[in-house]
Amino acid sequence: MSSPVLEIVDLHKRFGALEVLKGINLTMHQGDVVSLIGSSGSGKTTLLRCVNLLEEYEDGVVAVAGEQIGYTKKNGKRVRLSEREIARQRAMTGMAFQHFNLFPHMTAMHNVMLGLIKTRRMKKDEAHSVAEKWLERVGMLARRDHYPGQLSGGQQQRVAIARAIAMNPQLMLFDEVTSALDPELVNEVLSVVRDLAKDGMTMLLVTHEMQFAHDVSSKVIFMDDGRIGEEGPPDQLFRQPKSERLAAFLKSSKFS
Amino acid sequence: MDYNFNFAAVWRDFDLLMSGLGLGLILAVISIAIGCFIGLLAAFGMLSKNRAIRWVSAGYVSAIRNTPILVLILFTFFALPQLGIRFGKIESFIVTLSVYSGAYLTEVFRAGLIALPTGLREAGLSIGLTEFGTKLNLIIPVMFRNVLPSLSNNFISLFKDTSLAAAIAVPELTFYARKINVETFRVIETWMIASLMYVLACYVIAAVLRQVETRLAIPR
Repeated sequence: MSSPVLEIVDLHKRFGALEVLKGINLTMHQGDVVSLIGSSGSGKTTLLRCVNLLEEYEDGVVAVAGEQIGYTKKNGKRVRLSEREIARQRAMTGMAFQHFNLFPHMTAMHNVMLGLIKTRRMKKDEAHSVAEKWLERVGMLARRDHYPGQLSGGQQQRVAIARAIAMNPQLMLFDEVTSALDPELVNEVLSVVRDLAKDGMTMLLVTHEMQFAHDVSSKVIFMDDGRIGEEGPPDQLFRQPKSERLAAFLKSSKFS
Repeated sequence: MDYNFNFAAVWRDFDLLMSGLGLGLILAVISIAIGCFIGLLAAFGMLSKNRAIRWVSAGYVSAIRNTPILVLILFTFFALPQLGIRFGKIESFIVTLSVYSGAYLTEVFRAGLIALPTGLREAGLSIGLTEFGTKLNLIIPVMFRNVLPSLSNNFISLFKDTSLAAAIAVPELTFYARKINVETFRVIETWMIASLMYVLACYVIAAVLRQVETRLAIPR
């Protein structure tokens, strides 16, 4: 088996006195699609954000492609890596956010090009053609010259996904990418994500779309109070929940 | 009222007034450019995690904002040389106006930075930009566009403050108006024309800045 794309070992994270992640273990290989489900405050988003160090973590290891994210050991002591190193590591993963977070002063095209030029050090022409390819892929090429404020939520999210994926990350992180969308716009975004999954992209998703998690994932993790409450293949998890908490959660989220 | 207006005496030296107006504009442009730089540093300083940096930035802003600008101008020109720091009168005024505008712009920029969504920084970091790269490419350009209207206000206000440079004999509009006034005794005419020139200049500056705002506005 190939070496893991993502390996999380005994991850702990605190916000002050509140421990929000209480020892998470997770391994993902090339092409895996893992969905994190669970109620609000269960730690799903925090877990996702620890993977690209948008949240610092106190204990444990998060490693992408065999490289520990954010920290190293010096003389037995845990030391934070330099800003530059962390920036390089962050570019190993791509992230799509709940509120899209497009750069409002740039067109769709420039949103995608910025990382390619500044981080991947591509020439403008090359970055332009890569950006064009991905905007076409998410169905946004016709609106490449539009600014985020001139696009619908679904369109903005598709551009945001193109921006992340154009960087050719080893792992894509999706943080509730449809939560801020009007219901009629959800599908256009989900179909883009589905498409990427079909292509073999390794993806870690936080989602409230249970049917989608069921359809797209190779594994589903139910987060419960900072721990992995239950995990397994989607059919098993959704059809035969072992714990009452998961059964209750699925009932409340109206999964059928 | 028995007063005979005679503008001829003032018109004779109109080119002096114009050159004074030009210098005032140049002083304002240079000072606000330097002030923007100082203001940006201090605004980031006020939002820094480091307490000492926060303290220094806040101290600068309150010290400058609570001192009348005329006092600052006189202090820089007359007192600093006693401490061995010497400038020509124009340089001295630019230093003063830059430091003065920097303090006001700090608050403008600080408000602009606080108002930005946190997601902007996170999105920058997530594509592999460093904190500095995020500030340079995203935070500052977006913030700058958002605060342009209040920046314009400040610019007009600073331009009018250049009239105080006359106190240290910087040859700008007010300086020449005073000179013409003394030489011709056409008090009303001189100050009427000088005032009118300030009003018109401010009007034009405002119109130009509105154009800039429209051009740079983030399309919605």
